[in-house]
Amino acid sequence: MSILVLAEHHDGALAGATAHVVAAAQQIGGDIDVLVAGENVAAIAESAAKLDGVSKVRVADNAAYAHLLAEPTAALIAELAGDYSHVLAVASTTGKNVLPRVAALKDVAQISEIIAVESVDTFKRPIYAGNAIATVQSEDALKVITVRTTGFDAVGEGGSAAIEAVDFVADNAQSTFVKEELAQSDRPELGAAKVVISGGRGMGSGENFTLLEGIADKLGAAIGASRAAVDAGFVPNDMQVGQTGKIVAPELYIAVGISGAIQHLAGMKDSKVIVAINKDEEAPIFQVADYGLVGDLFEILPELESKL
Amino acid sequence: MKVLVAVKRVIDYNVKIRVKADHSDVDLTNVKMAMNPFCEIAVEEAVRLKEKGVATEVVAVTVGPKASQEQLRTALALGADRALQIETDERVESLAVAKLLAKVVDEEQPQLVILGKQAIDTDNNQTGQMLAALTGLPQGTFASAVAVEGDKVNVTREIDGGLQTVALSLPAIVTTDLRLNEPRYAKLPDIMKAKKKPLDVKTPADYGVEVASRVSLLKVESPAERKGGIKVASVDELVDKLKNEAKVL
Repeated sequence: MSILVLAEHHDGALAGATAHVVAAAQQIGGDIDVLVAGENVAAIAESAAKLDGVSKVRVADNAAYAHLLAEPTAALIAELAGDYSHVLAVASTTGKNVLPRVAALKDVAQISEIIAVESVDTFKRPIYAGNAIATVQSEDALKVITVRTTGFDAVGEGGSAAIEAVDFVADNAQSTFVKEELAQSDRPELGAAKVVISGGRGMGSGENFTLLEGIADKLGAAIGASRAAVDAGFVPNDMQVGQTGKIVAPELYIAVGISGAIQHLAGMKDSKVIVAINKDEEAPIFQVADYGLVGDLFEILPELESKL
Repeated sequence: MKVLVAVKRVIDYNVKIRVKADHSDVDLTNVKMAMNPFCEIAVEEAVRLKEKGVATEVVAVTVGPKASQEQLRTALALGADRALQIETDERVESLAVAKLLAKVVDEEQPQLVILGKQAIDTDNNQTGQMLAALTGLPQGTFASAVAVEGDKVNVTREIDGGLQTVALSLPAIVTTDLRLNEPRYAKLPDIMKAKKKPLDVKTPADYGVEVASRVSLLKVESPAERKGGIKVASVDELVDKLKNEAKVL
């Protein structure tokens, strides 16, 4: 058995999420190869080669794979898939975009967002916004799987895998990259942060999110938001935590002015410790919070910042 | 141009689901069902394209039991011109739905196919991408803006770090993200008119597609319950608990 892991990378660096997927691959068992596809990705391939448990890094370095557009990237993986029993990727917007396309090209089902490996063909995954956990078994010879990173601890960096080039070049006449507008942030990445502080509709305005910044700085936290806060235009949508946004499972999650709708809980209820700050003591968020503080966030936040 | 929209009947998103006592699945008896929220956004986008004069015809399609005709009637009330139900009582996986939709695409030759990015029951986020692969068409997933320009469509996609815009040659497959638009409500006169719009019914066998599952559902469980927490009285107590009890600070 052998497993191909699609490396996730951003801004010329290997994303930490890849190490979580390698951990999931280790639980399945077998040789683990990492595919690094993109343009000018030599440094990323070297980082991938250091991940524990990786046998080989295969590098497809070509302009065709810049921005990992679905059409050429899926064609590349489908080309290589014949050598493998499993193809894994992060359940990120990249993995979710590319892998179902690979699965259909290979005429197999895809298993989305696994949170646990039961055996080589049996996996656990959340359904209904995380309100039920399904155990599913694949009958396909090739298993195409996206991995929810919060379900697996990252592997370390003591490896020294061989790096080899892949010379297959997918031609893509159908889609072209136009532009990217990435949100600028010096804080830790939301999906990987140990502490997350999120604001909801109760924050009242985008300016008031600055009240979270001082606390985030002191705790080294990432700042998130509920859908209500995003829809109200307080913050950009890449900050959204929830069923349709990012799934996080930090050590500490602080929900401020967030009522705790099912769709938001789906994105954060696996956090180790949850703190809720809300003026409505009936808010559903208090049912999942380890520590709840009922009160006015405009008084509580400055006090909390001063006492940390 | 013709636009095809795929819709799915799912449990209403406000319903708190229950797992069956025998752990075989989620209990859907006597539960309120509705159109998947992402599919509503897909229908809305198609109707807006028609209102802008870009689309000439909007065809809504679903794969599901007889009751899913309700969701097709909703799509018709919202502005779709005609509908197609592919009737089956089986649990149909994304790949089989994509194969059926690929046959419909072959038959109808739409220039644009719009689907939701994921259904809120299975949370798979696969069908649109699979349909794109099977039809050999380009895909614009998680769309927050769609602009048709000549023989291309520019799709702005919600990606992890922000937004990405891609240009796709038509025909193309687009899947909707939440912020693409705000779906309208169906008005009573439109609901009445929708009853007279054409709705064809076919079966997977009509298309020669096998819908048998390749992924078996072994067990469905409730997630681990979080144990009830406590309410603290002050910021000082909160900081103290986080430092000394939870040890996360």
